[in-house]
Amino acid sequence: MPADIGPTDIAVVGFAQMPAVRRSIETEVQMLVPVITEAITMAGIDRREIGFTCSGSCDYLTGGPFAFVQNLEAAGAWPPIAESHVEMDGAWALYEAWVRLLHGDIDTALVFGSGKSSASEPLDLWPQQLDPYHLAPLGVDPASLAGLQAQAVLDTGRATERDLAEVVARSRRNALANPHAQLRGEVDVDALLAEPYVRQPLRRHDLGPISDGAAALVLARGERARQLCERPAWIRGIDHRTEPHLPGLRDLTTSASTALAARKAGYDGGPLDVAELHAPFSVQEVVLAQSLGLPEGTDVNPSGGALAANIVMAAGLIRIIEASARIMDGSASRALAHATNGQLLQHNLVCLLEGS
Amino acid sequence: MAERCAVVGVGQTHFAKRRDDVSMPGLLREAIDRALEDAELALADIDAVVIGKAPDAFEGIIQPELFLADALGATGKPLLRVHTAGSVGGSTFIVGAHLVQSRIHRRVLAVAWEKQSEGNAQWGLAGGRSSGIGAGGAFAPWIRAYIERSGAPEHVGWMVAVKDRKNACKNPYAHIRRDDITLETVRESPMLWDPLRFLESCPSSDGACAVVLTDEAGGRAAPRPAAWVEATSVRSELGQFPGRNPVRPQAGVECSADVYRLAGITDPRAQIDVAELYVPFSWYEPMWLEGHDIAGPGEGWKMVDSGETELGGAFPVNPSGGVLSTNAIGASGLVRFAEAALQVRGLAGEHQVDGARTALAQAYGGAAQYFALGILRSEPT
Repeated sequence: MPADIGPTDIAVVGFAQMPAVRRSIETEVQMLVPVITEAITMAGIDRREIGFTCSGSCDYLTGGPFAFVQNLEAAGAWPPIAESHVEMDGAWALYEAWVRLLHGDIDTALVFGSGKSSASEPLDLWPQQLDPYHLAPLGVDPASLAGLQAQAVLDTGRATERDLAEVVARSRRNALANPHAQLRGEVDVDALLAEPYVRQPLRRHDLGPISDGAAALVLARGERARQLCERPAWIRGIDHRTEPHLPGLRDLTTSASTALAARKAGYDGGPLDVAELHAPFSVQEVVLAQSLGLPEGTDVNPSGGALAANIVMAAGLIRIIEASARIMDGSASRALAHATNGQLLQHNLVCLLEGS
Repeated sequence: MAERCAVVGVGQTHFAKRRDDVSMPGLLREAIDRALEDAELALADIDAVVIGKAPDAFEGIIQPELFLADALGATGKPLLRVHTAGSVGGSTFIVGAHLVQSRIHRRVLAVAWEKQSEGNAQWGLAGGRSSGIGAGGAFAPWIRAYIERSGAPEHVGWMVAVKDRKNACKNPYAHIRRDDITLETVRESPMLWDPLRFLESCPSSDGACAVVLTDEAGGRAAPRPAAWVEATSVRSELGQFPGRNPVRPQAGVECSADVYRLAGITDPRAQIDVAELYVPFSWYEPMWLEGHDIAGPGEGWKMVDSGETELGGAFPVNPSGGVLSTNAIGASGLVRFAEAALQVRGLAGEHQVDGARTALAQAYGGAAQYFALGILRSEPT
């Protein structure tokens, strides 16, 4: 074990994700069972060894209160388990599990996230996430909000519509190598720019797809992580920060909370091999990359990101999985993973990962 | 290796069927401001916010903490939203304590709430389906099984209902405060879900609860006595499978065994001075006394019958009036922890248990399948 690995160092040692699909006929439990099994198998642990389990999901996506309760079936909650749930993306479930592992009395934790956007019309559903007094009555949908954000970014001159199309083209091209992606292929930027607007200045491809799916990972602490994995993806820092809700109270062209979370997570602006950014709209990748000050040469969203597979409530966790995968296969030694929560990048998490 | 965690601020709203006088942000701030006042701290002193509530369908807003971020003082800070069904308030407290114990933050605000009058809680509890039987309908068969197995007389449920409502009269924040309640009025109240009568069931409340959690240095420097978080534990199990014992769920048994072990408690009935248990229906008091090994099998109802669980009894349960008197669902678990903290701090006012030094807080949820327990003490050990 390297001298710099201590008992409070925690790493990703196993993971799995389901290929994102436009519509799955399976329930969240059915989607979760194979990915949880695969993540545990990859980690090489017995299910009974797991000291803590934490999941992320959203009742409203499933369409019923207490929807997450069913997912206990997939967690294998018999005999009883120490377990918790966040009504957030699985990236925040990972955060809660990481905090729990820091106590030092347990060695491993299981984290998962799942969501089915096919069960509803996302543009009708998500306005219900907005301030019920001032915003929800306007019926403004996430794409409209992102359109306002995109126009604000274009107005600063820091990006053009062509830049946004290039983000999309790169995402789809990168996704060619990602077996879990939903949208992949070589696309021509000029052809993208010839498409009509859906929310000016955004075109349909500037929006992440509607996806169903699930993902899981296993965390291990200190010596146990080293035993389980040749090259664990060590979490060098993780932090998350919130911003005011009302769009008028924020500068939408930058992400102050992402920059703050990155600083608190210990990201010093140094070289990164990979950055996996949770950007459900093309413009948000531009905002995030600029706010983080990603160095030249950083491979941004080699997985294709959320523009290629957009499993709401798992897409953030999948960024951490994708970054970890590149650490574990040796193709990266330092990676940054980001997750977002709410509309217009209101709440952001940054996780800095390193190989040994 | 964990840091000690102390409760140095407790705040609750006045709970009521409808709090039409405040918005959702206003409701939360009422609890938060009281907790900060108790701790003599300001929102700027808080490093992170953990928030819990039961299903978003109750108010009809997806992840309402996002729009509440400003009111919570959470902007620029980490904000974590917990949802573990009815146990969520307990889980919220525990996640907040973990952030201090793991030395990530020095001061954490844990908040839990529900504004049930914004929607229809019975519809929400029924999973959004019109054929729902309500929480009482779900629990009544298990309560009947408890009565059958233990041979408890039916007046035991009425006694719990009377005790908790009388206790609530001593708690200025409680929702149902009926000093006129008697065994007779409970017995004559309408049957809702046999054997549960109207007055043996919890109300639907609006309200919020907040606690300020800090580290050992913060606890020792606090302006008023701190409550020390001695141990916490959570357990979950599947809600339905052949052979499950829903009357005394294994997750509850193991959760309390874990929390007693961590706190060095070998005889909970003797070593715990007061308990705040999640009792939404009268019979859950004896059921949890047995389900958490405070009483032996079939002995829980005898503790009720002998008056042992009354304020002034040998093992007071729910001196606050409990969930039977106040149930803003998402908040109810945190209220148990907050009331346990008030007891060991000696700040519970009229419903103070004399000399309370060790308190048990408990929350449960789902099909009696989620448990969050804690032991709080007047002194750190």
